[in-house]
Amino acid sequence: MAEPAHPVLETRGLTKSFGRLRASEAISLDLRPGEIHAIIGPNGAGKSTLIAMISGSLAPDAGSVHLLGRDVTRAPARVRARAGLGRTFQISALAMEDTVLQNAVLGALGARGRPWRFWGAALADADLRQTAEAALERVGLADQARMRTAELSHGQRRQLEIAVALTLRPKALVMDEPMAGLGAEGSHRLTGLLDALRAQAPILLVEHDMDVVFALADRISVLVYGAVIASGTVEEIRADRVVREAYLGQDA
Amino acid sequence: MIAERYVNAAALAVFALVPLSAEAMGEPFTITLMTRAAIFAIAAIGLNIALGLGGLVSLGHAVFFGLGGYAMGILAHHAQIYEPLAEWPLLVEGTTFMPVIWLVAVAVSSLAALVIGALSLRTTGVYFIMITLAFGQMFFYFSISWAPYGGEDGLSIYVRNGFPGLNTLDPIQFYGLCFGILCLVLLATGRLARSPFGLALNAARQAPVRAETVGLDPTRLRLVAFVLSGAVTGLAGALFADLNRFVSPAMFSWQTSGEIMIFVILGGVGRLYGPVVGALSYVALEHWLGGLSEFWHIYLGALLLGIVLFGRGGIIGLLSGRAAVHG
Repeated sequence: MAEPAHPVLETRGLTKSFGRLRASEAISLDLRPGEIHAIIGPNGAGKSTLIAMISGSLAPDAGSVHLLGRDVTRAPARVRARAGLGRTFQISALAMEDTVLQNAVLGALGARGRPWRFWGAALADADLRQTAEAALERVGLADQARMRTAELSHGQRRQLEIAVALTLRPKALVMDEPMAGLGAEGSHRLTGLLDALRAQAPILLVEHDMDVVFALADRISVLVYGAVIASGTVEEIRADRVVREAYLGQDA
Repeated sequence: MIAERYVNAAALAVFALVPLSAEAMGEPFTITLMTRAAIFAIAAIGLNIALGLGGLVSLGHAVFFGLGGYAMGILAHHAQIYEPLAEWPLLVEGTTFMPVIWLVAVAVSSLAALVIGALSLRTTGVYFIMITLAFGQMFFYFSISWAPYGGEDGLSIYVRNGFPGLNTLDPIQFYGLCFGILCLVLLATGRLARSPFGLALNAARQAPVRAETVGLDPTRLRLVAFVLSGAVTGLAGALFADLNRFVSPAMFSWQTSGEIMIFVILGGVGRLYGPVVGALSYVALEHWLGGLSEFWHIYLGALLLGIVLFGRGGIIGLLSGRAAVHG
């Protein structure tokens, strides 16, 4: 087997405690070009804590986070975003009063560090607008560009979250339960989108829906009580007896 | 329901036409009322940048209004008594030239907003309200005890300051100046709301986490908004002092901060013309209700209560039937 490519995103020994609760126990993971790396685990396993430390909204007690080989452990979320870390939220975080296009343009101007212009219209900036429109096109929201975000369906908001992340021209994507609350049809469509996206930017995917995980993931890491108990390909994880006992249940 | 842009156009038409007809009918008092409304509108547009776009509930905008007023008062006072403000390290003379006064008013209030904003923006919500209020009180009590500039009696300026080509003591000419500035401020604020900065600030108010995850710094955006906001309100303060030819600690009082906020809420928070409609309505109510009853504030209070409870979009929201629009 060939030597794996350099990881785009890597955590080394990430540890975090809240009081006496160990939310993360020396977590070391990586995300390589072109892959979808799924993180699964029961509720309370520490998935949200891990995501928060990777994206920069929570400081770890120990360990480090590396983006494109650079140590970003101390960098705030906005610096990681400008360095190419795209993120989507479990509960959509979008400017609801703004239009879909405005949300996408926001991503483009934030990523370029260009909010300090006070006169010309943001939507008239050809560069920002093209980036935003291309991202909306990519996720299939081009027809909704002029709609107010509050008017979008739940599934469309998920798509918009991804579009905004794409306007950053991300090097890596971190997605927190993108399928949450989606029906079968929406889930199917989003699965297809993520499948295609991995070539553009590898995805660290936290997801509860096992069908989605098994359909998409190149690798799976299983988190239980804040520690990675297993990491491997879909087949390896399916076959792992410890994982089955701890998490997947007897019928998995 | 009337489309919002017609409501806006109507408000602007009132500002353009009422003073002209008052001039034709020889009613300078009406012109002075309209000048008051125009200046209040500018002050409130300033607050609306922080409040409407930025979501920053500042109860301390009297600081900037007062600083603008005192900038005018102090400069004009020194010019009147032919005594420089400072001789060392460099000679600073007073002036009665409006453009210079405006520039100083804007510079001083921006600087104050930078300092107050940098300290206050460490807090949010009710703490932000309290800390801005506290700054307001600091300036109020300082001005009361500032004996060289009149203390609690304030400063009177005998002749209104000058503007090239205009006789500023003529009410309609001074009004024209204030109305022109109002239009410019409206134009600039409208552009600001649509600009990349406005979009980013707007998003930082609605979804700060989102702003952060696309690489923006919400606190820095808010600080710049607060400075711009203070600058505009400071400019209004200089005009207000020139209208009255008088400046006193009352400009720094928390009631002034409250009134500026009332203009914004009355007209419609986060709407470009909200402060314009609000200030106009306030001055009209103050005049008509004030003529009917000494206790006109009770009726104003009832109206405000009604608007906050039933029409979150202020008067413009009630007329145009659209709840909240920002930008």
